[in-house]
Amino acid sequence: MKKQENITPILKITDLKKSFGDNHVLNGFTMNLYEAENLVLMGKSGSGKSVMIKCVVGLMQADAGTIEIMGKDITTLSQKEFNNLRTQIGFLFQGSALYDSMTVRENLEFPLRKFPEYANKSKQLVLEALESVGLKNAIDLMPEELSGGMKRRIALARAIILRPKIIIYDEPTTGLDPITAKEIIQLMIGIQQKFKTSSLIITHDMDCARVISNRMILLIDGINYIEGTYKELAASKDKKVQEFFK
Amino acid sequence: MVISLQIVQKTKKFLLEIGELAYFAKRFFKEVFTKPFEFKELLLQSYKMGNQSLLLVGITGFILGLVFTLQSRPTLMEFGAASWMPSMVSISIVRELGPVIIALICAGKLSSGIGAELGSMRVTEQIDAMEVSGTNPFKYLVVTRILAVTLTLPLLVIFGDTIALFGSALIENLKGDVSFQLYFNKVFNALKFSDMIPATIKTFFFGFAIGLVGCFKGYYCKKGTVGVGEASNTAVVYASMLLFILDFIAVFISDIFFEI
Repeated sequence: MKKQENITPILKITDLKKSFGDNHVLNGFTMNLYEAENLVLMGKSGSGKSVMIKCVVGLMQADAGTIEIMGKDITTLSQKEFNNLRTQIGFLFQGSALYDSMTVRENLEFPLRKFPEYANKSKQLVLEALESVGLKNAIDLMPEELSGGMKRRIALARAIILRPKIIIYDEPTTGLDPITAKEIIQLMIGIQQKFKTSSLIITHDMDCARVISNRMILLIDGINYIEGTYKELAASKDKKVQEFFK
Repeated sequence: MVISLQIVQKTKKFLLEIGELAYFAKRFFKEVFTKPFEFKELLLQSYKMGNQSLLLVGITGFILGLVFTLQSRPTLMEFGAASWMPSMVSISIVRELGPVIIALICAGKLSSGIGAELGSMRVTEQIDAMEVSGTNPFKYLVVTRILAVTLTLPLLVIFGDTIALFGSALIENLKGDVSFQLYFNKVFNALKFSDMIPATIKTFFFGFAIGLVGCFKGYYCKKGTVGVGEASNTAVVYASMLLFILDFIAVFISDIFFEI
């Protein structure tokens, strides 16, 4: 990633700290995500990965440190400005988080409802997003009628409907069978190539990390323990790193 | 010593929860008057809550009127006051029994329903997904639901009261040979605005309490399916308790202004 040192990162996290009582989850975590890059973040359960991404999307407030998204420090933005910035971030939740009471179409239209400019184009955008994930026929189904893999695809379609610059994936393949997991990974790659998005992927799935990552970060004890390409990390002699590649 | 410590801890927890509920109510009043207004969702929730409770309220009201008249009839007849039945039943139902019983029924149905719905949305990260998409979930989910119950409950109580009076009229017609026309003439002669206005006003507060508690319990539901069940259960308990407290306050205030 040496060639990216002079490029402004699309997401820049500096010295992020977050504690829950005496439990210090993030202890000065720092990372950069560059344009059109797939960055995989790994770490043990409870190492602070989810807390970190929740801080990025504003679901949690960090105790200290800065988060800059496309050059804007989110801690200094008003709620309205931050909500506008949020439209540049797509988020794929681990459990898909589709709205139970809405059809697939309504789920996909939900992020568009705030924007009057999309009122006439919403049908087309929904169809395009569904086409991108190969589920055009599911448009009028309810979430309960979908399989786990289909739910994940629909959630992905919802995440990309506003054409975000950054997509955050929280364990995108967890709970899926190996074949469906591979399909989701291929979709993620396809979306990244089609929309030129930057992706921050949290995963424990080494196959996913190997296939998709341009760069990887290992989060241990709340800090950026090591970063590099999959090959570099796989070749590391460090015991803590090796535990992940066993 | 251990027991007193437990009592102190439980009291502390209870008071803390009351404080959180008050803060939640404050947030509701802050958000209800600020844009954007979610009219579509408000209408949908009002329709859902009203429509889904109609049958239950109707049956409850009908049985209430029926049983109340059947139970009171022998006593009134003993005193030769059977002709007072329509006045007594209508005043009791409109002033107190109708609002309280129907509100309790709705607390069981709506408060637990809201608690479970929002609780499961919280647990499955749907509320987080809403927030991430730039929508204010408090405004979209909480404000609309509290308003919907507040506006729907008075209508349900009026509907339930009417059905209860029909139930009572039916018994009077079958047992006492009182025609429906005579029964309702007596009802309207007996009822005053001072009976109906405080009773209707308090149902708005009942509705607000039911919506507020259901939303509070669901919105801050702890993780897991156990949390959802707990949210649903405690929502009913808290809402019912709050209804009786509000009823006491309402009767007290009505007594000052209308001299019951």
